[in-house]
Amino acid sequence: MPEIKVTPLGAGQDVGRSCILVSIAGKNVMLDCGMHMGYNDDRRFPDFSYITQNGRLTDFLDCVIISHFHLDHCGALPYFSEMVGYDGPIYMTHPTKAICPILLEDYRKITVDKKGETNFFTSQMIKDCMKKVVAVHLHQTVQVDEELEIKAYYAGHVLGAAMFQIKVGCESVVYTGDYNMTPDRHLGAAWIDKCRPDLLITESTYATTIRDSKRCRERDFLKKVHETVERGGKVLIPVFALGRAQELCILLETFWERMNLKAPIYFSTGLTEKANHYYKLFITWTNQKIRKTFVQRNMFEFKHIKAFDRAFADNPGPMVVFATPGMLHAGQSLQIFRKWAGNEKNMVIMPGYCVQGTVGHKILSGQRKLEMEGRQILEVKMQVEYMSFSAHADAKGIMQLIRQAEPRNVLLVHGEAKKMEFLKQKIEQEFHVSCFMPANGETTSILTNPCIPVDISLGLLKRETAIGPLPDAKRPKLMHGTLLMKDNSFRLVSPEQALKELGLAEHQLRFTCRVHIQDPRKEHETVLRVYNHLKGILKDYSVQHLPDGSITVESILIQATAHSEDQGTKVLLVSWTYQDEELGSYLTSLLKKGLPQSPP
Amino acid sequence: MKLYCLSGHPTLPCNVLKFKSTTIMLDCGLDMTSTLNFLPLPLVQSPRLSKLPGWVLKDGSTFLDKELKECSGHVFVDSVPEFCLPETELLDLSTVDVILISNYHCMMALPYITEYTGFTGTVYATEPTVQIGRLLMEELVNSIERVPKAQSASMWKNKEVQRLLPAPLKDAVEVSMWRKCYTMPEVNSALSKIQLVGYSQKIELFGAVQVTPLSSGYALGSSNWIIQSHYEKVSYVSGSSLLTTHPQPMDQASLKNSDVLILTGLTQIPTANPDGMVGEFCSNLAMTVRNGGNVLVPCYPSGVIYDLLECLYQYIDSAGLSNVPFYFISPVANSSLEFSQIFAEWLCHNKQTKVYLPEPPFPHAELIQTNKLKHYPSIHGDFSNDFKQPCVVFTGHPSLRFGDVVHFMELWGKSSLNTVIFTEPDFSYLDALAPYQPLAMKCVYCPIDTRLNFIQVSKLLKEVQPLHVVCPEQYTQPPPTQSHRTDLMIDCQPPAMSYRRAEVLTLPYKRRYEKIEIMPDLADSLVPLEIKPGISLATVSAVLHTKDNKHVLQLPPKPPQPPASKKRKRVSDDVPECKSLKPLLSGSIPVDQFVQTLEKHGFSDVKVEDTAKGHIVLLQEAETLIQLEEDSTHIICDNDEPLRVKLRDLVLKFLQKF
Repeated sequence: MPEIKVTPLGAGQDVGRSCILVSIAGKNVMLDCGMHMGYNDDRRFPDFSYITQNGRLTDFLDCVIISHFHLDHCGALPYFSEMVGYDGPIYMTHPTKAICPILLEDYRKITVDKKGETNFFTSQMIKDCMKKVVAVHLHQTVQVDEELEIKAYYAGHVLGAAMFQIKVGCESVVYTGDYNMTPDRHLGAAWIDKCRPDLLITESTYATTIRDSKRCRERDFLKKVHETVERGGKVLIPVFALGRAQELCILLETFWERMNLKAPIYFSTGLTEKANHYYKLFITWTNQKIRKTFVQRNMFEFKHIKAFDRAFADNPGPMVVFATPGMLHAGQSLQIFRKWAGNEKNMVIMPGYCVQGTVGHKILSGQRKLEMEGRQILEVKMQVEYMSFSAHADAKGIMQLIRQAEPRNVLLVHGEAKKMEFLKQKIEQEFHVSCFMPANGETTSILTNPCIPVDISLGLLKRETAIGPLPDAKRPKLMHGTLLMKDNSFRLVSPEQALKELGLAEHQLRFTCRVHIQDPRKEHETVLRVYNHLKGILKDYSVQHLPDGSITVESILIQATAHSEDQGTKVLLVSWTYQDEELGSYLTSLLKKGLPQSPP
Repeated sequence: MKLYCLSGHPTLPCNVLKFKSTTIMLDCGLDMTSTLNFLPLPLVQSPRLSKLPGWVLKDGSTFLDKELKECSGHVFVDSVPEFCLPETELLDLSTVDVILISNYHCMMALPYITEYTGFTGTVYATEPTVQIGRLLMEELVNSIERVPKAQSASMWKNKEVQRLLPAPLKDAVEVSMWRKCYTMPEVNSALSKIQLVGYSQKIELFGAVQVTPLSSGYALGSSNWIIQSHYEKVSYVSGSSLLTTHPQPMDQASLKNSDVLILTGLTQIPTANPDGMVGEFCSNLAMTVRNGGNVLVPCYPSGVIYDLLECLYQYIDSAGLSNVPFYFISPVANSSLEFSQIFAEWLCHNKQTKVYLPEPPFPHAELIQTNKLKHYPSIHGDFSNDFKQPCVVFTGHPSLRFGDVVHFMELWGKSSLNTVIFTEPDFSYLDALAPYQPLAMKCVYCPIDTRLNFIQVSKLLKEVQPLHVVCPEQYTQPPPTQSHRTDLMIDCQPPAMSYRRAEVLTLPYKRRYEKIEIMPDLADSLVPLEIKPGISLATVSAVLHTKDNKHVLQLPPKPPQPPASKKRKRVSDDVPECKSLKPLLSGSIPVDQFVQTLEKHGFSDVKVEDTAKGHIVLLQEAETLIQLEEDSTHIICDNDEPLRVKLRDLVLKFLQKF
């Protein structure tokens, strides 16, 4: 029985370093190629040696698919393609293709220039890697080769995020990447059709969370920012340059406008303007409202939000700063955090998920004394707030997607084991489908049951579907055909056509049985009795008494002759072909029982 | 498979394809050349136009002088301009299941179809097609609605009257079908029926047919369509281009192996080279401006104008035109310029690369930023304050019958310093100019039509090898004005089938196969038998399920267990329930081996007699006779069922089942 095999190299019972190998109908596909924010050693990249010990990755993998531009989904790509070596196609959407190299370059700079690592990919490698990328449209069916096709669906999570359907013949897998089932201020909601994949591989970041309404969270967020600014404190919002940042900027911009607030809002890093440009040029990927009004007013042109300069951090008075990166693991956000952490008037708002090992994760789990580089201890007195603005589907959203796609199996990745366990039970209970949650390096096999497509001759099909009595579930109509198998083609034709195509003649097999009946009457009277007898029993069949004295039941012929020796015995000759075997056999045994006593 | 041809205009097609129980409309073009018979709609009261004399019949009757006006020997209808709709009577348009749109020029009749025919289906088009199509419709509605015309002429349409009119009015076809422009609510309602699709997206129609748009290289979001089932493939090619302008290149490979290729929307000016025309456009423009004159470019608000602006962007500095203002006047000018920048995915490779930087893909963003190009919704308002001459004005409509262009024709027509440059190929420039004669202004004709020419078509057809080509009749003969140019027609084998307005073609294609799926458990139960080397067969007896036009074969259900009770049944209960089919048999029975087999099975008194056609095998004790012939076997026996069944099975062993 064919099977689909799935092995996570990353994101198996974990968040970060997404990288999942899928084997389907002899094709090998790698889904995402991410890095892990929590590690700085070998563990930050997936272990590609797992894929093949000896031999080139290009020979083994048919294609690589990147779901969106976040580094935990594409951060290892240049390492994978240029340093390990892969020359096959890499698929991603246009916005991802545009933004991905910028984030990779940013990541490279932080790692190499700031931390001084040497064995890392170079700028040139990023460029070379991007040359291997093929950009795909939403809903476009991309034929990777003759059998393997992929199709992207809108995922909502960040600009250009996509879910991918991977299909070979009638077997298919859907990989969600990260997705969001509720539209936000700048993106729409994820959507997929009822494609009934054999397997749905879904993220499960918020497997156990059911989030309150977005409006409440937004009001909460604005209230906290407003209160802090009012009492003269500084607000730090660590974000990634693209994504949540734009959503929160739109939110603060409109709030500042409405409340006529004066405290400055800054956005760190040179990426800002560029990032907003991407949103303007790829406006077709944002939500309905923004797309409709962009000619009159482009939502990504901000009036109140200005570029941040490092020196501003020491300015007195209130301010709001968006700084990268979002998990406080390096860069400007961490620098500002160290400056402001000591003052209880200040506040840091974490608007998204933080991977284990990052400063963000530590303060969110309540740690207030942090060991920084050089054994220095940083005491955190500022207020720490967590607000889930990261655009992942919550438990409700995940269930909703499963309902939409109707998969036969579900496999969870990109989440924590304990939470996955809970969601797995829920999915199995509600949908009665198997749910898997393999750890990294662990292979899950899913049996599929593909149908076999064959060509049926239109003549045969029309004969079978010709309008007749309505189909009856209790008496299913059998169709009879001959399946011709030649090379790799399968054709179902009528037996007659099969014979003709093979140049063969039909062989007639006929039976004639002599049935002796005791009946002293004249022959034609016997025949009449037989006729009436059969007519009475075989109500659904056409029974005919022909002028030449014979009887037909469908195509079965019955003739009567007198016995040569015994006038009281009549011989019935029952003759039928093999095609009427059942009926013929039945008739002989029926007649053998004799005729019923004639009415007096 | 049938094709209903509803439009006679080869570049503004409207055909309906009936294929496998689906009814698919291919494009919805609106023939606007009818407007050339009308007087222009001036934005500002024009004394010249209002003083034109009424037309008088040869016999001196003047009853038409309110409806028809004469200008320099031509007669025009003084009424709101009307358009020539696609045929609506050839078939019941409410039965159309879907409409496929190939580009924004070919959807202008959509509101007439979706709002007036009882259409309840879905329209498929790409996002740029819809957005720009909306802009074109908005501009059209706006430029006609803002000049309310008191009278609406209809007397001239009377068949008896029309006969008396001078050409071309006399020869105008289907004038009773001409309609006034639709309204904005109708446009919005029509557009709300569109479902957006992307290139290479496979769209299932009722499980029977799959349609796929392909890039056609002609305009933003323009597409050709593949309409196919598992065995039949129809390609619909409409408005394609192989030139490198701004849109994504044409996808030719996917058109291969078509059974039928419907070819429409070729270039309307097969003798003009678009590159040469652009060069001429630039030099004429520069010359006029240098001499202190103004340049008027009647154009659509989207399409070639993007390429012209890009050429000018590279040209103006070197030609010393940096101080000349360029004006783009249209109610949708701003939207058109903005929209052009957000369709990165639909653009050619070079422009896509710019977006990745991220920079706007079209340089008109820079022209606007540096104030070289200014856009206005109309000549009223800001424009009248900013207006400086000499200048270059891009504005619509190319027919010169409505829109802001009418104003500039009246304003600049009297001076020979000015030039009007025609770039759009849809209207004859002489006809367009007729109601403005006599004219002092220079007229330059630089039609830029990037659609396929006949050389490209013959190359394309060689490449994709369709079995049959179907095209408008205009393409199967040289243009009427150049009847010696036999190179200006489609040349293919077998010759293309041609159609004309209101014709129904039966397409030469016969379906022979259909896809069916065999369920895995049924497949497992099949026993293949090798008949000839490389050819195996298996007999299949199965239950056919058909749902949503998909066929599936399932294992027949197991016969129900006979009831355990020994209650005597009525005889009729034993009647075989349904006529279960036995396979056909084939092969022949070698008599010697058959006799051996019989003996092996305990028949000791077998006797064989030769006959003319074969043999007779006699089982003397059982009084049984078996006639063996090349293609038949006949078993004649007493009513001894076990014996008969035994013999039957022995015979069957020698035969193949089908």
